[in-house]
Amino acid sequence: MLDSTGIPSRTQVLSVFLHEDELVNYKAVIECYEQIPCNPCESHCPFDAIHIGENLNNRPNLISEKCVGCGICVGVCPGLAIMLAKVSSTKATFTIAYEFNPKPSVQDVWHAIDRSGNILGDATILKVVESLKLDHTALITVQTDRKFLHDFITIRSKNHES
Amino acid sequence: MKHVEVVIVGGGPAGLSAAKQLVEANVEVMIIDRNPSLGGQLIKQTHKFFGSEKQHAKMRGFDIAKQLINQIQHASNCTILTNTTVVGLYPNGILTTYDNHTYQEIKAEKIILATGASEKSLAFENNDLPQIMGAGAIQTLMNVYGVIPGKEVVMIGSGNIGLIVSYQLLQANVKVKAIIEAAPKIGGYAVHASKLIRHGVEIFTSKTIKKAIGTTTLEAVEIVSLDENFNEVENSSEIIPCDTCCISVGLSPSHQLASLLNVKTKYIAALGGLVTIVNQRFQSSDPHLYVVGDALGIEEASSAMMEGACCGLFVAQDINKTHPNHQTLIFEYQQQLHQLRSGPYGNHTLEGLEIMKKEASNVR
Amino acid sequence: MRIKDHPILTFDKRKEVHFTFENQPLIGYQGDTIASALVDHGVTTFGYSIHKNRNRGFYCAIGNCAACNMIVNNKANVRTCITPLEEGMNVKIQHNKGEIV
Repeated sequence: MLDSTGIPSRTQVLSVFLHEDELVNYKAVIECYEQIPCNPCESHCPFDAIHIGENLNNRPNLISEKCVGCGICVGVCPGLAIMLAKVSSTKATFTIAYEFNPKPSVQDVWHAIDRSGNILGDATILKVVESLKLDHTALITVQTDRKFLHDFITIRSKNHES
Repeated sequence: MKHVEVVIVGGGPAGLSAAKQLVEANVEVMIIDRNPSLGGQLIKQTHKFFGSEKQHAKMRGFDIAKQLINQIQHASNCTILTNTTVVGLYPNGILTTYDNHTYQEIKAEKIILATGASEKSLAFENNDLPQIMGAGAIQTLMNVYGVIPGKEVVMIGSGNIGLIVSYQLLQANVKVKAIIEAAPKIGGYAVHASKLIRHGVEIFTSKTIKKAIGTTTLEAVEIVSLDENFNEVENSSEIIPCDTCCISVGLSPSHQLASLLNVKTKYIAALGGLVTIVNQRFQSSDPHLYVVGDALGIEEASSAMMEGACCGLFVAQDINKTHPNHQTLIFEYQQQLHQLRSGPYGNHTLEGLEIMKKEASNVR
Repeated sequence: MRIKDHPILTFDKRKEVHFTFENQPLIGYQGDTIASALVDHGVTTFGYSIHKNRNRGFYCAIGNCAACNMIVNNKANVRTCITPLEEGMNVKIQHNKGEIV
């Protein structure tokens, strides 16, 4: 149970993922499962693709036709609860928020990690974006095997002591 | 004796927000803070804030502090005294201060207490061993002084502070071996917990610390499981080696100055402890004294800012220097407070405030 | 130990401050409190309990609890967690309640 383990159930995760057919291009995956007073994702989306409404405690709702996968929400979410995902025939590609040092470099291979903190396999780093506007939250684009689409959540260095 | 229109004790989010409204209403304001700089606990908050844009959402705490300070520090009607402690509160708006050199007496028309809160501690065997520290202490060491408290930490308490400080420990490259929570559920937001789990931190619920182990300093903690009645489960003991134990079991409102004045107080558990009873204008049973922020009831910095702003507006009105946009602003800030408190995480605070309201109607 | 390479904060290089702790020369930096410099050097014992002589560390870091009281430049009961570190300071562990006069 999310509220006793911090790990969302499979059902919860699938409920915020669009169907694979819609993930040809990047779409946001918003893992904000609780009602908390917060709306930077809605207020910063330039395409009005996220709806929370007047009551800040409403869970964010992604309007998939409007989402172009720009990633602005990924960088502003204070809970680091949003990522972008897309999938091809062999690969799943994600853009995640990352706030640790050291950062990976492009073409590095790091561990792909699931929501329980376990290693899934490899994640190849495609892009690392840092900017003043992102305010110390790096946006990292990584690629994994397609089968990890609903499992992957973050990366960990292969040099990291566990 | 120095005369000032309004003295604000405490330059954290609540105090600074009150100051802004008062400054704009042309009130002569003095902010007194015992720390070397203003900002309160915001200066050590490295995480991005929740809430809405008006509540500085997505800004990091220390940036919010800079913004709040900027808004008032150059105002000609605002005096700032730092490294100065308010050491006495007397009837008729009189207070005394000490800055390690000079003792001063000040008479104010109105005093706003925005003194925040202090960390609770936890009773367990050997809880006085070195390297057992409060969560705020660890946050202060890391984020203000750049010093690491230890190499392997066990965190006791999974409220938002425990979760956020655990994440900040990871960012400082310190290992968090476990987060121990006595309740059956994680206390803070799921998103904070998820951020930790994915980076290999384990959160254990229905467990508590029984004993700290070590001779001259902490070497390990003994953790036991709890049943539904919070009683220890036999044979559930487990030893976790660590060199630092962080206690994050809640905050207690800093009511001490108000208590010097003999104003009406009450122990309200839902607000964190002993609090001053205030009316809807944040005014206590002494008409000179107002209380806001965590000193009034433990919440979040976002609420402290909204409360501070409301209080500043009410105080300006009470000394006949009503802010030109009083009506609009009061409505706006109160609405935001309502929003912040209307989700499931706000229930506790609302309960506490109901009790406060009932007590206040009995006061005058 | 000092934090190196923090992802959010920048810690500038600061001027060294020389002081002694229990007669040992130590180095802190401008902006440190006495306590933060001591923690940096791995000091864990800040004092001893009065009756049973148990090792005591520090707890709150913001001047609320008095666990960090030490004798600084011969002055007792100094809250080291909120006292800025200054050049030449002589810091000693306070045994018992300290002498004020």
